[in-house]
Amino acid sequence: MTGTPVLPDGVVAVVKRECETCRMTAPVWPQLVAAGLAVTVFTQDDPSFPPGVAAVHDADLAVSWHYDIETVPTLLRVEGGVEKERTVGWSREQWESLTGVEGLGADLPAFRPGCGSMSVDPDLVDELRVRFGGSVLRSRRVEIADLEDEMEALFDRGWTDGLPVVPPTEARVLRMLEGTSRAPDEVVAVVPPDLVPATVEKVAINAVMAGCRPEHLPVVLTAVEAVCTDEFNMHGVLATTMPVGPVMIVNGPIRRAIGMNSGVNVLGQGNRANLAIGRALQLVVRNVGGGRPGEVDRAAHGNPGKLSFCFAEDEEGSPWEPLAEWRGAPAGADAVTIFPGEGPRCVLDQAARTPEELCNTLAACLRSVHNPKLPLGFDAILIVGPDHARLFDEAGWSRDRLVAELDARLQLPGAEIVRGAGGIAEGVPESLRDATLPKFRPGGLLIVHAGGGAGLFSAIIGGWANGATGSQPVTREIRR
Amino acid sequence: MSRVVLDPTGERVTEKRQPLPRPSSLDGRTVALLDISKPRGDVFLDRLEQRLVEMGVRVERYRKPTFTKPAPVDLRHEIATRCELVIEALAD
Repeated sequence: MTGTPVLPDGVVAVVKRECETCRMTAPVWPQLVAAGLAVTVFTQDDPSFPPGVAAVHDADLAVSWHYDIETVPTLLRVEGGVEKERTVGWSREQWESLTGVEGLGADLPAFRPGCGSMSVDPDLVDELRVRFGGSVLRSRRVEIADLEDEMEALFDRGWTDGLPVVPPTEARVLRMLEGTSRAPDEVVAVVPPDLVPATVEKVAINAVMAGCRPEHLPVVLTAVEAVCTDEFNMHGVLATTMPVGPVMIVNGPIRRAIGMNSGVNVLGQGNRANLAIGRALQLVVRNVGGGRPGEVDRAAHGNPGKLSFCFAEDEEGSPWEPLAEWRGAPAGADAVTIFPGEGPRCVLDQAARTPEELCNTLAACLRSVHNPKLPLGFDAILIVGPDHARLFDEAGWSRDRLVAELDARLQLPGAEIVRGAGGIAEGVPESLRDATLPKFRPGGLLIVHAGGGAGLFSAIIGGWANGATGSQPVTREIRR
Repeated sequence: MSRVVLDPTGERVTEKRQPLPRPSSLDGRTVALLDISKPRGDVFLDRLEQRLVEMGVRVERYRKPTFTKPAPVDLRHEIATRCELVIEALAD
């Protein structure tokens, strides 16, 4: 832990011998000293450089780090310990202006760019961040014994989802925190079931473990906020005996910027951003919130998506506006939509040639969510594949039109769905025999465009107890 | 690589409390019957209430707004203040 060093007044420079521009400017220092200026040269790599001036070795790079030196040489003018002026590289005009001394380096070219500072050297920067920035981290340090295997040690402490995790070292966590402008000690949300405040730092630790890159962190932070709302009801999603977990759909330019998949194998393996972001959310619920299977998580079967279930919408190829926009987010916004979902199932229709025919198939399959005789109680996501979406696009069907057409086909006659009808005990009370009930409540069917460009398939993700009783889908804009 | 990692948990320090001893008799006690709003929980609790009242036990009925969320703090406080035992109908 090192505080910020105080700069001496006068002209202050940061150089390194390895830099050709620094070596070229060596004759300038005696000139400045001779002009009677207070000159302090910090040298990064060689205390005997530059000759002819008393150089100070910035051995631990504290000066370079704290004063954000990215280029050597950097020349500063300091008054009362405060930087007043700065120039980088060699420029006779700027050096003369900063120092007030004329005729500097008369034999040198007028201008030459500098070199990279050692304090931004990719091989050193992680270590420096820990050395000078580690004090911002508040989490308990856990030392792993020499004879312990790192991966086994993390598993033994109960911190994994059953698969190995990346050890969350200080260097990795500090690097992860570079992915957001939010302060490490900012509370993101209070995480069920233990109702523990999760700081940005705790989320970053779990994001490291999940395999995230720093640019994934804002999506993870937003997802944590979204699931920890009363509307989403993460406590219930976790505690239920049904197989659901949080399903994340990402919209906006950030999808492409961080390399998310919305195309081939969109719900499958192989894309780091999709998988690591979804996994990080689940690790936060597990580790910070204390939501573990067999404890508060009472799922009878669960589903493989409870490891990670996160994907991007294919907005570029979609006939419709982005899902987040449809749900009220500003156009073009980066946003996360969270839905309590089970595993996906395939809808196959390779024969439909009209939107009406395809809609009939989609409705027939949607009717079966959880039980074909149960109306209203569960929401669903319908992921329309590009080959299926083309039919709707060519016919000019908007997303609202598709929802309305499906809804019209999903009006369930009471006689078909009362208990005992069709030899199935499950169903609605006999008193509803003469009623007609919709399969989905208004807004309960979320339509997303995603998947590979070949294949006449769509997919359905069934939901969980919906509305105020259970869980509402939540859409949130992503904050960097 | 450093062999020190950061704790990913909430680092909660929990207080352990002993449950109250189980009463040897229900004489003079007030029993809360808590319906968590699962279907048919009321059928079970109606029958329990009938049996308890026959035994001369005082019974109070409570209901959570939804089975999917923890009981609201006001409801928990009311039960704790007014009753000495709770029977909860958990499942449908």
